[in-house]
Amino acid sequence: MPARSTSFKAAAAAYTRKRDTRAFLRGSMTGYLTARAQRESEFQDWQAAREAASAAKAEAVDHLDRYLPEFVEKIEARGAKVFFARNGDRARDYIRDVIREHDAKCIVKSKSMTGEEIHLTETLEQEGYEVVESDLGEYIVQLRGERPFHIVAPAMHLRREEVRELFAEKLGPEAGRSDDPTALTMDARRAIRRKYLEADIGISGVNFAVAETGQMVICTNEGNGRLSTSLPKVHIAIMGIEKVVPRLDDLALLLPMLATAGTGQHLTGYTTMIGGPRQPGEPDGPEEFHLVIMDNGRSTLLADAEQRDALHCIRCGACIHLCPIFKNVGGHTYDTTYMGPIGSVITPHLRGLQEWRHLPASSSLCGACTETCPVRIDLHHHLLHNRRNAAASQPVWWERLAFRGYRALALRPGLFAMAGKAGRFFQKLATPLLGSPLDPARQWTRCRTLPNPPEQSFREWWSERENTATDRE
Amino acid sequence: MSSPTDDDRDLVMHRIREALRIRRQGLPSPGDAERYRELLPVVGDDLEARIERFREWSERLRTEFIVCSRDELDARLAALRETHGWQRGACHSAALPSRALAAAGLKNDHALVIDDTGGATYEKTVLEVCDVAFSSCDALVAQTGSVLLTSRGAGGRALSVLPPHHVVLATAEQLVPDLPAAMALVRERHGEDLPSLVTLHTGPSRTGDIERTIVLGAHGPKKLTVILILP
Repeated sequence: MPARSTSFKAAAAAYTRKRDTRAFLRGSMTGYLTARAQRESEFQDWQAAREAASAAKAEAVDHLDRYLPEFVEKIEARGAKVFFARNGDRARDYIRDVIREHDAKCIVKSKSMTGEEIHLTETLEQEGYEVVESDLGEYIVQLRGERPFHIVAPAMHLRREEVRELFAEKLGPEAGRSDDPTALTMDARRAIRRKYLEADIGISGVNFAVAETGQMVICTNEGNGRLSTSLPKVHIAIMGIEKVVPRLDDLALLLPMLATAGTGQHLTGYTTMIGGPRQPGEPDGPEEFHLVIMDNGRSTLLADAEQRDALHCIRCGACIHLCPIFKNVGGHTYDTTYMGPIGSVITPHLRGLQEWRHLPASSSLCGACTETCPVRIDLHHHLLHNRRNAAASQPVWWERLAFRGYRALALRPGLFAMAGKAGRFFQKLATPLLGSPLDPARQWTRCRTLPNPPEQSFREWWSERENTATDRE
Repeated sequence: MSSPTDDDRDLVMHRIREALRIRRQGLPSPGDAERYRELLPVVGDDLEARIERFREWSERLRTEFIVCSRDELDARLAALRETHGWQRGACHSAALPSRALAAAGLKNDHALVIDDTGGATYEKTVLEVCDVAFSSCDALVAQTGSVLLTSRGAGGRALSVLPPHHVVLATAEQLVPDLPAAMALVRERHGEDLPSLVTLHTGPSRTGDIERTIVLGAHGPKKLTVILILP
């Protein structure tokens, strides 16, 4: 079995045993579900809004060859330095070069999943730069040396006591004196605030890129996105090629939908549209603005017309919140940047289908993800498409053998009937062994009971019935 | 340092064009602002309804929302100073914020006035120790209880996020009904000469990253006050 799949199963088994954590996370979900239902009901027509949002993103993604250059041209006209990166290495190298050129020491960073995708923070830290994650959840997992547990709520798996212990250990004697989330947040505020003023460079992600106006949009609740892009003299933003929306008006729809689906808010606290570095006549702002536009496997997904709608994703995290698999295996088990259903759909495209084929296989196909997605990505069918493609491009030998055997039987009615009879007989004999270490199908049978085999097959029953009928005539 | 010429622009654009040789069939046609307005939460037509909606959201968001006449403004600001205990203030050089700074009794040696023309720079450390910042705005959005600010019309980028209390001054005609109207306003007013930053602030800074408990003042302002001045 491939290493990825084995470690996934081991991590999943370990996490499912943590009943307390799972119960804690279930409890913290109820607030989200209530708030979200309330926000949806305030829309005049949430289902039609999903259709409209999907249409806006489909328009953008299917005409990326037009909208992306339009966006780039507009933002470059205001002095942005745009760098296209074919992959993560190229993006990291460019960002490192900018940092080096400015002889920067301290970098303050607001949340970026694209940055997570290329391990930007770790890379820069390894090279000796001080990088401060300013989103509170990201800051907490950074201090713990962990990856985010969830793309929207990176520290959702931690209880307040754990955060207090962490702060007491890492932030000096003034911090971590109380379990109260307010006190803990203020500890982080004090620690990070100094960094905003010290930092030479601010790095941010991008939620949307508006082709019509050439503005990139950042949404944060804490205002860390605002501060990281206002105080340092250089701003570097990083985005995937698929972030584009055609018109400014599309934001009027997509922004409240992102907030509703993501956190049950009606709008994220700070929605900031940045169109370049400080312009003439403006009192402050970065002197330089670099925008890295990264492919890193996205064009492969774009080429797959069947699954292209996965690029509509606005990273709200709703499918992750609702996924029964995520709830049972936890965010770290995936070992990917994007966890949950959307992660299981796109990771095989971004990082290799065979290596990650266990992700689409780990799904109940219940469809909760598709139903909740604000831009109507057909997530659970794409999980099936990934399974199909993985099997087609590299079939498992024993599966192929089994189906060939089945085909041989199914084509020969006499043989089929005999095999059925033999199967029923042997299943009875083998019943005591099911789920035992001697059972080759133990993975499946140890926690499942096979139904008892029927006494006769349908065909036997039918012919018996026909005979009786004939007798009566 | 890499120059823009050796980036992967041509390669990435080539990949995109190749990937899009097959366009999806039967895609729904995209909507426009009018269509979106039929889907988003309803906002009443008249000023009263807009004020009421803005007030509802302010309560939920814990924005302090004050509606007063121009004559009452100075007294309200003096009272706010007492309530919040401001010592140092900052504003930008536009008329309303400057008047507010003076009315709050903060036009002292410690005060910071940011030059809107960008002619003079200021020290961020001076702004950081201010208790309160006064700014104008481009609009208020009733539908969401948001303030629309730009780097050109609100004293740059830092004034509205660095001090712990942000006070926004708006006039009645600035209260627009909804997000489509806010986007239209940005397009019409700033068009091809966009400020480098356009931002919607909806309530004070908040986080829910520890056990989903809402805490105000994570990084930006702990308090947001919006004063709507009626004619």
